[in-house]
Amino acid sequence: MEPVSGEQVNEQPRMDERGLVELDDSIPKVAEIDGTKAQFDAKDMTTRKINAELRWLIYEQGIKDVTVLNPSARHSLGTAILARCRIRFEGSLGYFGCGLIDGPEIHITGRVGWSVAENMMSGVIVVDGNAGSLAGAALRGGDLVVRGDLGARTGIDQKGGTIITLGNAASMTGFMMQRGRQIICGDVGPGLGDSMYDGTIYVGGKVAALGIDCVPGDWTDADTELIGRKFSSYDLGEPPELQKFVCGKKLYNYDSLEPSERKLVL
Amino acid sequence: MCGIAGIIYRNGGGERQVGRDMTAMLQAMKHRGPDSTGFGLYRGTDDSYVMHVKLSEAVEEDADLEQRVQRQRDEIEARMRAAGADIQDIKGTHRTMAIVFGFDGDLKVLADAVERVRHTEVLSLGRSLEIVKDLGDAETVSDEYHLTDFKGTHAIGHARMATESDVDIANAHPYWAYPFPDVAVVHNGQLTNFHEWRRRLTRQGHRFQSDCDSEIIAVYLAEKMSQGKSLEEAMRDSLTELDGVFTYICVTEDALGVAKDMLGAKPLVLYEDDEVVALASEEIAIRQVLDREIETHDPYEGEVKVWSR
Repeated sequence: MEPVSGEQVNEQPRMDERGLVELDDSIPKVAEIDGTKAQFDAKDMTTRKINAELRWLIYEQGIKDVTVLNPSARHSLGTAILARCRIRFEGSLGYFGCGLIDGPEIHITGRVGWSVAENMMSGVIVVDGNAGSLAGAALRGGDLVVRGDLGARTGIDQKGGTIITLGNAASMTGFMMQRGRQIICGDVGPGLGDSMYDGTIYVGGKVAALGIDCVPGDWTDADTELIGRKFSSYDLGEPPELQKFVCGKKLYNYDSLEPSERKLVL
Repeated sequence: MCGIAGIIYRNGGGERQVGRDMTAMLQAMKHRGPDSTGFGLYRGTDDSYVMHVKLSEAVEEDADLEQRVQRQRDEIEARMRAAGADIQDIKGTHRTMAIVFGFDGDLKVLADAVERVRHTEVLSLGRSLEIVKDLGDAETVSDEYHLTDFKGTHAIGHARMATESDVDIANAHPYWAYPFPDVAVVHNGQLTNFHEWRRRLTRQGHRFQSDCDSEIIAVYLAEKMSQGKSLEEAMRDSLTELDGVFTYICVTEDALGVAKDMLGAKPLVLYEDDEVVALASEEIAIRQVLDREIETHDPYEGEVKVWSR
């Protein structure tokens, strides 16, 4: 693969009138491109440069498959990508990784910090290691698959999509969840499903304590089909025996319709 | 939001460049707190003590400052000698002193004698602990105090974003657990019952030099240990007795421990193997000192962990 001739990277920061550094948003254009595939080393690049390179490859060069080497746990990488493509991060991401995306299939070979996949609309994120707290916060769609453990408040305010972990999850998992599914193969901490409005949480291990208005649900064939399909799709092996938890609706004072749906009903 | 970090080389691995390590870790988290940076560095233990003393705040409008600080230096030295200290070396900057000395008396009496010199605060005291803190980012403070050459077994650090109290040295972390030698704490979070604990500990004879809620954690833990509890037992007690959101790191002469509140509200990423334990508010800090692919995890709510050097 041949490197594309790129712009000269300006090493000296530009300063504005107040003497503050102006962030350099020029595109490095250093990726090695081969057809619809590309790869670049992020080791010595800033977060802004890495994201600019990604966007340039996907939106302007028509690349469908990008590999990013040495992301080195930097924050906010791979955010706001709104296109069908594959991205592979060889290493770990920091906080707010791959948030606000719509469409990509992303594979992270290391771990991720807090708030991975925040507000994902569609797509797939697979994390080989652990994830920090707030994984899948306000998730709207798509699948977030974590092979390791999850931190606290997983899927807080989740409004759709599926979160799967082969490991454990910490406290307040599914807090204020409104829609979607969570499949936790290991143990979960206290406050499971606290104040959830709707949605389903499956747990394979021990539940330290249920949250307010979270109750065991009745297992149906649809649950078996969903679990089997998801485990098969991501090659996760045989699913463990799972318990199902749903909202008890004792505190239920709201409907579950989106504003657009409400108009249709009216 | 503040950033905290800790590193300890285990199993008698000997002294390493913990000053350089902690500088790199804290600089990587500069964005979490640009107001001040503090280091708690642990050298190998020997027979002598080392005391770090603040003579003036970072910003003081005193026309007579230079002469005043010199008078403080002279008075501190005289008081220490009068208390029986065998002063072996004195270093420092224009607003601090680092005094190496031999002593076999009551350290609290000695610290109180030094602090009775007006405008003076003892930042740290012990056979191993040296606390350095000042305004600016990690590299600024490290350069000013020549910390990159500091060799030791473990260290903690703090990049501060002031939320509860002023931007000055007195309110910067780490906090030494006056009057207990070699105990220090860095904290990320807010304590909501710190007035209650401060009153309680003040009644027991402890002094507080700042308005910062974090200062009570150090004294609280040291007080528990002085009653015979281990570091780990004291930290476990804190989970229910301290109210608020916190992740804190406490260090003693031989050990480094971390505790997270019952909600897991503040971040911490942990790496551990047989040789080293490194922990920080963000993984990016740990990667500054471990230049290889590493597997890390987030301790859960209510977890307490302690490692020895």
